Amino acid sequence: MSLQEDIRTFIVDNFLFGDEGGLSNDSSFVKEGIVDSTGILQLVAYIQEQYMIAVEDDELIPENLDSVSRVTAFIEGKKRIVVAESATVD
Amino acid sequence: MNVTGDFSGEVLRLDPELEAARICTKIRELMLTQVKRRGMVIGLSGGIDSSVTAALAVKALGKERVLGLEMPERHSAQETMQLSSMVAASLGIETVVEDISGILESVGFYTRYDHAVRMVVPEYNDGWKSKIVISGSMERPGFTSFYLVTQNKNADISTVRLPFKPYLEIVAATNFKQRIRKMLEYYHADRLHFAVAGTPNRLEYDQGFFVKLGDGAADIKPIAHLYKSQVYQLAEYLGIPEEIRKRKPTTDTYSLTQGQDEFYFSLPYEKMDLCLFAKNKGVPVGSVAAALGLEPEQVQMVFKDIEVKRSTTRYLHLPPLLVDDIVWENSK
Repeated sequence: MSLQEDIRTFIVDNFLFGDEGGLSNDSSFVKEGIVDSTGILQLVAYIQEQYMIAVEDDELIPENLDSVSRVTAFIEGKKRIVVAESATVD
Repeated sequence: MNVTGDFSGEVLRLDPELEAARICTKIRELMLTQVKRRGMVIGLSGGIDSSVTAALAVKALGKERVLGLEMPERHSAQETMQLSSMVAASLGIETVVEDISGILESVGFYTRYDHAVRMVVPEYNDGWKSKIVISGSMERPGFTSFYLVTQNKNADISTVRLPFKPYLEIVAATNFKQRIRKMLEYYHADRLHFAVAGTPNRLEYDQGFFVKLGDGAADIKPIAHLYKSQVYQLAEYLGIPEEIRKRKPTTDTYSLTQGQDEFYFSLPYEKMDLCLFAKNKGVPVGSVAAALGLEPEQVQMVFKDIEVKRSTTRYLHLPPLLVDDIVWENSK
């Protein structure tokens, strides 16, 4: 399963009772009423545990977390930073 | 009311004598035609809202038909009982003290709460204090985050962002307090054949700042239409003691003192009132910003925060939902 598919599955299973409905990868979670502020906390907890990345306070913004596509891009960006930092240390 | 010209706190100025009389007439009407109970129980917190609600109930029904309940627990602020007793004495109403620490102990509140806090602060122990605060919507755009503030025995303070599970555990445990208090209010109301008064002001009611089936439950909410600034105007007219009128609004829910603007609202109540009024009445952002000494972008963020809170707390206002409407065909 790709990263995007995994995030999509998490959203559909946890917030839509498994019914994908009209969810597109660019649908705004907040504007569409799919995820509220408590749901964002749940999403962040999942990202941190599943992908072993830290989400900082200033990263809790719609640009990073308000659609399947944005969450995917955010995680990919974070993983690139982790890889780059590891390479620097090596 | 002209709200498009010079916008200021004056838009919330009311005639307290007229408003108090109007509310009292309505309380009597509702009690006689719908509630059909003989008096009113009010949980007294020592705060401005419950004090004004009690004073209005006395004015509407007579002091012998109002019971004040004081319900401290071991995390309550020391001045809570002193202030609630003061207002009860000034109104001449009977009071009952119900220390809810024992009930909270029985349902495991203190254990559950401490366990949830230790999920993020393992060293949290007896003698420590804590509270939850939110990230200010004015500080940075973004989703609301919740932080746990702890204070150890040496008064050292630390703050940590709350993850999903401990956040829910702490809030769920803490909600026991409001629900137990409401349970006791209904116990006394039932034994006296009284009704229960709710004490939210408009800011709290609109923004969902209450616990469902806790402080959100009531038979009548006499000041839910009044902005907090207007509640203070009524308080002065009704002769609420100055100590209560000068007290900074707190939740009195956590062991560390917690201002309402730390936990829930973006701004102190005077400014939140005006932002809510302005949003309701369509006052231009620029006028609001000028009146409050804020940047227009900050006012936009508060407006957005008002919308988000309305949306996320809508569930709190909902009655139990039915699959089909049940129509009482013979009722008028």
